[in-house]
Amino acid sequence: MSETQHFRKHGKSWEEIVAHCRVLVLDLDFPAVRAWKQQTGGKAVGCFPVYTPQELIAAAGGLPVTLYGGRGLLEIDHADSRIQSFVCSIARSTLELGLANHLDWMDGFVVPSICDVARNLSGVWQRNFPGQFVFYLHLPQNVDSASSLVYYRGELERFRARLAELTGRAVSDQALQSAIRTYNRNRELLAELYRRRTVQPEQWPASHIYALAGVGNVLPREEHNQLLEAALALGESRPRPKRDWVRVALRGMFCEQPPLELLEVLEEAGCAVVDDDAQIGARFFLEPVADNGDPLTALAEAYLHQTVLTPVNNPGQRSRSEDLLGRCREKWIQGVVFASAKFCEPALYDAVRLKRAVEHAGLPTLEFEYEEKMTVFESVRMQAETFVESVLFFS
Amino acid sequence: MSSSYQYQDVGRDLQKKMLGDWYRRLENAPRDGTPVAYLFISGNIGELLRSFGFELLYPEVNALQCGIKKVAGDLILKAEDLGYSSDVCGYVKNDIGLATSGNRGPFGTLPKPDLLVCNYSGCNTYIKWFEALAEHYDAPVFLLDVPYRRTGETQRQEDLDYVVAQLEQLARVCAEMTGKPYDPDALSAQLENSRAAEDLWVRILESAQHRPAPFDAFFEAVFFMAPIYVLRGTRECVDYYEAAWKEIEERMAHKLGPVSEERFRVVIEGPPPWPNFRNFWELFKRWGVCCVASTYSKVGGIWDFGLRHDPRRPMESLAEYAVNCYTNWDWTLRRHMLERYVSDYAADALVIHSVKSCRAFSVGQADVREHFTRSRDLPTLFLESDLADPRYFSEAQIRNRIDAFFEALEHRRVAAVRPVA
Repeated sequence: MSETQHFRKHGKSWEEIVAHCRVLVLDLDFPAVRAWKQQTGGKAVGCFPVYTPQELIAAAGGLPVTLYGGRGLLEIDHADSRIQSFVCSIARSTLELGLANHLDWMDGFVVPSICDVARNLSGVWQRNFPGQFVFYLHLPQNVDSASSLVYYRGELERFRARLAELTGRAVSDQALQSAIRTYNRNRELLAELYRRRTVQPEQWPASHIYALAGVGNVLPREEHNQLLEAALALGESRPRPKRDWVRVALRGMFCEQPPLELLEVLEEAGCAVVDDDAQIGARFFLEPVADNGDPLTALAEAYLHQTVLTPVNNPGQRSRSEDLLGRCREKWIQGVVFASAKFCEPALYDAVRLKRAVEHAGLPTLEFEYEEKMTVFESVRMQAETFVESVLFFS
Repeated sequence: MSSSYQYQDVGRDLQKKMLGDWYRRLENAPRDGTPVAYLFISGNIGELLRSFGFELLYPEVNALQCGIKKVAGDLILKAEDLGYSSDVCGYVKNDIGLATSGNRGPFGTLPKPDLLVCNYSGCNTYIKWFEALAEHYDAPVFLLDVPYRRTGETQRQEDLDYVVAQLEQLARVCAEMTGKPYDPDALSAQLENSRAAEDLWVRILESAQHRPAPFDAFFEAVFFMAPIYVLRGTRECVDYYEAAWKEIEERMAHKLGPVSEERFRVVIEGPPPWPNFRNFWELFKRWGVCCVASTYSKVGGIWDFGLRHDPRRPMESLAEYAVNCYTNWDWTLRRHMLERYVSDYAADALVIHSVKSCRAFSVGQADVREHFTRSRDLPTLFLESDLADPRYFSEAQIRNRIDAFFEALEHRRVAAVRPVA
């Protein structure tokens, strides 16, 4: 019985769904993935964040599983001798997951070209797991060039062929279109979940939304869609008290994830997180991907022109600062929190320029770094409380 | 060096003069009305830009000059005052520090860019770097996207076609900016010079296969390689390597080398710590260590495995070159290169200098140490500091590690010759 059927049958509450999702998100033995493999006999493919076109894996009959590192629950032991300490935690802890046998279910690993660390990790992975299917996906950076569409479509074609070798199932255009529809539905439901939070942040706590969205990283999207439909219906049912708080956008969590406590601390301090880039991979496209015509061209076009801007893709003619300020206007945001993962160069570079632009536009900012393994939140709590007070009482 | 030698120090002296002249041309570019393009060393397609009359400026070279002249520390702090994290690339911070200080450095005053060409090869930081400069100078960026050269595969034609299409696009941008049409003959003439310089440079690099090696392929190569990185395609660059080759020939004839007695031959992986370059070299020289092959000398192009610019296929060969720079190779290829160097150059050990600033270089180096020590039984020394930020160079610690390593290596050698009965 799937997770969602289980909830429906037993009439679980919102809190129970969230708690269960949270367990599945944080369990480093990936029980949901193992159960799927046992039931289907299919191949599970790990995907390093941020952006892997998972529709292709699903269309090949595989289960795409986004790996978000050790979630702060893993001691870095074996990976220490492979990757230096000045490198972001997610790269080290993802390798540790593999070396410590947490990923023995994994039939393949996809690494998109999001940064220098991810790129080099693909090679480290190949040496440490010889024989495993590893696909390094080059995401085009010259997004305004017509040649990028041709190139990226070709890259996706190569990915499709390799996946067919892995799963033994050719990926037809029809299967891919069907997967695109499932993923479009998933993005639609996630967008609705985030939209409701924007309107009523007290009703939809950020850490709950996080768990509900995050469980999609370990479940088939069809099942995740059912779960989100159930959650959307349940979420309205228990009104929570309104409170005075500051509506914030949170930036920097697109790849390495903070402990969930960090989101809770921010909310407790009075920050209503109404826009964030946490685990952005599933919400990467601004518009639905075309589900007619050539599906590879549709996915390539979507990547080039319909992406949410993160520090690891290229805006082309778009402006990162205009994009962020536009969101702030649209969602009545009162301040921006730049929370960069320690050692995450792309986030740290963007934070400098975006912070300047946001402050220039008259919005206050809060900036700090986090690590997936952080355990003490008092400093962040104090900074966030001060930030909230300054916005509420002085701005 | 004794005056009985005709060519000694020619390589270094001529290089200094050429770089000095180049920086003067850059300083005068605004006065002379010469358009200026900024670009990066790895996979630079300077010949194409020069064929449109651009003078070329390489922010990385400025950063290393600031490092070696010991002004990088202050510039880095200036960038940190502007909000840049202590954990991001020191080269970028050095350059931001320079740009916000009127672009005045030890090399003179630098012109603003008319065009920023982000020839992206093996480094995402390049993109961030030029995004920041584009905002600071309000200059256009052309992002040349160069796919990573991936494992075990022969060169993929699609990757080259993609780069060629973008080079053609860049040529149109340059033609529009300068009013000069794309001239394939002018480009080919430069590529002819590039090829000639590359032949000579490879000859110099391979001279280190001799015993004693006439040339240090890391500590000296960083000087000898400058012309082929920044002035490749010019006649003076070919002249330079002809002169430098004479120096190397003379050294071989007289069994001269960078150390008075060559005791250890090493391969070095990683960039140098520029602010402490001399001290770092001295720590190796004390042990009679000569670097016989290095990867840093391949960041701007890998020619010792046969690749050359080809005037008959100008755009295609520029694309091949851009894809095949060291940090744009994946780790399987990088590892094979190191293995080949260890064997072809008869190295006694591998030295890895891991720098925090450059993740493109560093991530995976610890894994390579695992490979060489465990699977190849090759003594491997792992050192950590930085290429730009002097705060990360702990001389006492590095000295201790180097001394302990070569002491152990010497002991191993003695023990192998005279086994205990």
